[in-house]
Amino acid sequence: MDFKALVAIIIGSALINNFVLRQFLGICPFLGVSKEIKNSAGMGISVVFVMLLATAVTWPIQTFVLERFGLGYLQTLLFILIIATLVQFVEIAVKKFIPALYSALGVYLPLITTNCAILGVTIANIKNSYTFAQSMAHALGGGLGFLLAMVVFSGIREHTENTDPPPSFRGLPLTLISVSILSLAFFGFSGVSEGLFG
Amino acid sequence: MKKLSILTKGIFKENPVLVFLLGLCPTLAVSTQASNAIGMGAATTFVLLGSNIAISLCRRAIPDKVRIPCYIVLIAGFVTLIQMIVEAYAYPLYMSLGIFLPLIACNCIVFARAEVFANKNTVIDSILDAVGMGAGFTLALFAVASLREIFGSGTWYGLAIPGLSSYNVPLLAMAPGGFIVFAVLIAILNKVSNGKAVKKKEFGCAGCPSASVCGKGGAR
Repeated sequence: MDFKALVAIIIGSALINNFVLRQFLGICPFLGVSKEIKNSAGMGISVVFVMLLATAVTWPIQTFVLERFGLGYLQTLLFILIIATLVQFVEIAVKKFIPALYSALGVYLPLITTNCAILGVTIANIKNSYTFAQSMAHALGGGLGFLLAMVVFSGIREHTENTDPPPSFRGLPLTLISVSILSLAFFGFSGVSEGLFG
Repeated sequence: MKKLSILTKGIFKENPVLVFLLGLCPTLAVSTQASNAIGMGAATTFVLLGSNIAISLCRRAIPDKVRIPCYIVLIAGFVTLIQMIVEAYAYPLYMSLGIFLPLIACNCIVFARAEVFANKNTVIDSILDAVGMGAGFTLALFAVASLREIFGSGTWYGLAIPGLSSYNVPLLAMAPGGFIVFAVLIAILNKVSNGKAVKKKEFGCAGCPSASVCGKGGAR
């Protein structure tokens, strides 16, 4: 297992195939929570945390239980249940043992249960037949990419909120057009991986 | 007459995508080709139908406190079913939908209908509701996908459109195009209906009909 491949996966999933801007995963929390930089950073950090945790739990289950006993068809059902339970457990544990962290992230944890980016990352790990280290790198990169997109976009949004667009573009349409331009900007990263790792 | 309105409200007056802005992830991701949109719409309608029937049948048996986990299990079960059916009988569609087929399990339209409608109404009403909402979702998906396919790649349903194929805008078929086309569609709807059609002006968790499902008060 070489280190270079892991870095390539992290950069690839964070910048080139950014979950929100290129793969359309997790649009709801992205649009819902990106009004202030502080909130979006909290949401982004929670997503990084839960993605890593979900990958660390689902990958061994898929490899050592589902594939071993030929139960691959239970993947979707089991993964979404694992993520839902995991989020609840994490919330209880963080509330009990690290109250400071809970007051910062607690609000965002329940929202993550039905975030399709989390289920998406765990299923994509299996679909791409990544090893455990590669899966963790993919989850880390994906989470960091989500955090980056949220923080950058909330900065943009604080400005667009104060503009005066034509009435029919007020609200969601203007927001979506800003996302589109940001997504276009992320296209610039496409050449990066070939330059760095090619 | 009431039954008819349950069926049609999902298509126009309460269209889940265009009016309530639910299920944006699949709407934007799968809408590069009209054929994918129809396939995804049909798959989601199947899951919606199955989950609405099952939840409506079990609505007296499911204790209120654990209803969210019950929804998750039922919906994920139907998603697994449709995954197998599509893989067996429509393999090209299975490949082009990719990860978004299992992700129907996270689709907030399905959750919202389970929580808002199926949990409180009879089986017949729930079936009508599922068909209406599924048709509304498919229609919205088809509209976005047609626009993106016609102007993005100059084809429609895989057939080349004479005169357009050399003047297309490939950007629309790519990721940024999805956001732009949907934004313009919502803006047109706003304009045509004088700002009345789109119910949700702001995109926030407070106004989301599935807020109680996604944990903001449901699971505890």
